[in-house]
Amino acid sequence: MELFRETHIDFLGKTRLAVGLSLALIVAGIASLVIKGGPKWGIDFRGGTLVYVKFLHQPPLDQIRTALENRIPGEITVQEMTGAREIIIGTEFKDERSLDAARQMISRTLQERFGQTGSRLDFNNAGQQVLVDRLRDPLQRNNVALSEQDLQDLVARMLAFRDQERSGVLASFDELSSVRGVTPAVLATLKQEAALAPFSIRQVEIVGPKVGADLRQKALLATLYALGGMLVYIAFRFEFIAGVAAVLAIIHDTVITIGFFSFSGREINLTVIAALLTLIGYSMNDKIVVFDRVRENLKLRIREKLPVLINRSINQTLSRTLLTAGPTLLCTLALYFLGGPVLNGIAYALFIGIVVGTYSSIFIASAILVAWQNFSERRKRRVGAPVAAPVSNRKEAARKASSKAVRQA
Amino acid sequence: MTKSLRTKALVILAVILLCAFGVIGLPRSFQQAAANLRENIRLGLDLRGGSHLILQVRVHEAAKAKADMAIETLRQELRRANIDFTSIDRNEPQRVEETDSIQIQIKGVPSARAGDLRALVNERLGAWILTGVSSTDYRLTLRPTELLAMKRETVERTIRTLERRINSLGLTEPVIQQHGSSESEFEILVQLPGVDDPARVKQIMGTTAVLELAEVRDGPFSSRDQAMAKHGGVLPLNTKLVPEMRRAGERGEGWYLVNRVPVVTGEDLRNARPGRDEFGKWETDFTLGPDGARRFARFTEANIGNRLAIILDNQVRSAPVIQSRIEDNGRITGAVNEQDAADLAVVLQSGSLPAGIDYLEERTIGPSLGADSIRQGVVSGLVGVVLVVTVMVVYYKKSGLNAVIALILNALITLAALSYLDAVWTLPGIAGFILSLGMAVDSNVLIFERIREELRAGKGVVAAVDAGFDRVFITIIDTHVVTVVSSAFLFMFGTGPVKGFAVTLVIGLIANLFTAVFVSRTMFQYSLSRRTQIATLSI
Repeated sequence: MELFRETHIDFLGKTRLAVGLSLALIVAGIASLVIKGGPKWGIDFRGGTLVYVKFLHQPPLDQIRTALENRIPGEITVQEMTGAREIIIGTEFKDERSLDAARQMISRTLQERFGQTGSRLDFNNAGQQVLVDRLRDPLQRNNVALSEQDLQDLVARMLAFRDQERSGVLASFDELSSVRGVTPAVLATLKQEAALAPFSIRQVEIVGPKVGADLRQKALLATLYALGGMLVYIAFRFEFIAGVAAVLAIIHDTVITIGFFSFSGREINLTVIAALLTLIGYSMNDKIVVFDRVRENLKLRIREKLPVLINRSINQTLSRTLLTAGPTLLCTLALYFLGGPVLNGIAYALFIGIVVGTYSSIFIASAILVAWQNFSERRKRRVGAPVAAPVSNRKEAARKASSKAVRQA
Repeated sequence: MTKSLRTKALVILAVILLCAFGVIGLPRSFQQAAANLRENIRLGLDLRGGSHLILQVRVHEAAKAKADMAIETLRQELRRANIDFTSIDRNEPQRVEETDSIQIQIKGVPSARAGDLRALVNERLGAWILTGVSSTDYRLTLRPTELLAMKRETVERTIRTLERRINSLGLTEPVIQQHGSSESEFEILVQLPGVDDPARVKQIMGTTAVLELAEVRDGPFSSRDQAMAKHGGVLPLNTKLVPEMRRAGERGEGWYLVNRVPVVTGEDLRNARPGRDEFGKWETDFTLGPDGARRFARFTEANIGNRLAIILDNQVRSAPVIQSRIEDNGRITGAVNEQDAADLAVVLQSGSLPAGIDYLEERTIGPSLGADSIRQGVVSGLVGVVLVVTVMVVYYKKSGLNAVIALILNALITLAALSYLDAVWTLPGIAGFILSLGMAVDSNVLIFERIREELRAGKGVVAAVDAGFDRVFITIIDTHVVTVVSSAFLFMFGTGPVKGFAVTLVIGLIANLFTAVFVSRTMFQYSLSRRTQIATLSI
């Protein structure tokens, strides 16, 4: 099967259109960022407390909000994760101690308001040791003889069932009867000693403002250094302007992707940073493949204008560019729809990034090369003598060939 | 098969065996293989569940304590040497960053005794530097070397104490280590994989557990002001006011005036354990070591009928009246339940923290969330792989199969390398792995497209395959090296998750150079070498 066979599309002829489109996307993205007051940083970078709570039924958002607002000073956000019956409760404070206190108050309030387990232990939010301690004596009283090790194992199996089969929330103790070792007597003891709150606290994140600022700075620096390293390598292997073109195109990709995050109101957290790094790597890969072909074609010394040569190179690598992008996009779609909330942000960033990256490899990166060449040609003509010393023989040969072509035309 | 081909095949086989050993060991049964697999693929906290904490040691508290000790010594020595002074105070650094500013002010020393004071400080307080402020006032500051040693020791002692506490809870594979620079940040990283009751662990770690048994001089008072008023606004020498701990349901305040220097401290403890009092309430019993017991016995004998305050972390737990001489036993009442009493025993036995701690960051992932993340990650990953494999095989036919084999080998090498390196799988690590697999597919696509191009240009099959691999080799080197270069920067300057991304990416890329260029080519050559007449290639 072959989808693209010796195409002859004039990509550089559409440069104006492409630059217009890119500028529109960049401006729209930046405008959105400005209007919304910068990117929506996740808790990793902002500092704050987040508590993830999974509910058995549809969570009563308003009730939760009012219950918490009465107990915790400052702003409380209660967000729902669509379709997951899970909510995220967030607070922001300027110092670490109040963040910690807020987290404790959130779990206590939920327990008092929605748990209503009374003096019985809340099975859905209990740890193994607590449960073992609670059940040890009552089990003995109910004539269930278990060694300490057996008791630990039994409790571990029950908790594993709760966490792995029921996502952390049981609706009724009877569900446990399929667990090995849960006899009717054990079940009866459990019902007498423990109760089931209709929710489970699944994740807690507390990031102090100092750590947040630190993480933000380090992530930004690492990315900038990585980009610098790429620029130097490409400048060394190709030419300086190629490095600049590739890095500019990648900044273009990243800015547009961040713009899309702003449009859709998504948070940028550490995992999204990993996704942005992934797309930087992917996009750079794309650009090098095209530049490599340009380099190879330059070696052939065919008398050809640079734009024509670059166009030919893009067409030659087009099938590869699209064939790589296609399956990768399919993968990110699978991640997006099936990967759950944690991978969702990664998949979104990758999807946008790959589309934009592929587009910029075809339309933007090479256009920068051509624009630079036109610029230096014009300057040379104006001054009347070569200004820039030849960077390399290859480039000089290409320039001579193309200027000859210009004269012939 | 030619000789060189056979050598290549042997190299590939050796790599496969080495990787398989890294991933599943030498299993005797299928179950054992599965168990080894689970053991060798180590999951990070975000996938497995557990707590990740960064704490900061309040080193300024240790600096204050050191200054207090120096003040105590100074007062005694000045009195012994008959040097007059009006006051000795220290400043009050509020934050960790202000630790270096610790200083002691000595006021009102007669100028005639300046030389004696200087000699005394030199002899008894070698860690401090004496500077004259005026003819009668002086300032003591800590020597820079002493300051540095104090900070380092405070952090190290905190780490050792936390280790003892966490180990006594029986948690598996905890990580407790210094985080960031020791001179300026004083941070400790604690990772507790699989912990299912993080709030309790935090409570146990965070208790300073400074135990003091001190003589009660006066009280209880209902407020600090009342206590001050009774003593004319100035506390008697060598005393301090300590609030009483309030239990659930109790209202109001209680303040005791106690001796600043305790009779015995937590350092004199030999042993602590939970127990019950005569009414069946939980308490923590302790036993003193021989030295402390001797002091305690002497003190209680001389103070029958007086009150003794049991102070934990600067709160009075109880203040019983001494009934008789007590040798080496004591108890701390007020536990809510057995666990509370047992937890207090743990912190007392592990020794006190040299300074308080603050939690700068906490990430706790419950076991149910980790399980969900893994399930969703595996499902979506498998769907993605199936999609890619289908595209490759449909588009490139048999050559596509070749790429799929290279891809599987790539995954195997990455798994094995991470297992050999003892590295863990995290979500960002998986993102790096996906990128490396994407680049592996890309390398194959590049090669196949090039071979097709050469075929179209009219080359023979063998020549086209050779030309395809040779030409694309440079491109693959460039794309891979540039990514390795950027990953190196990410590894050097990034934080935890970014580092994990960089490590798996680099491993995947190295594996890819081997599979896409070497293994894939060998497979092509092998299938071509088996046929004498080659007119077509399944690509």
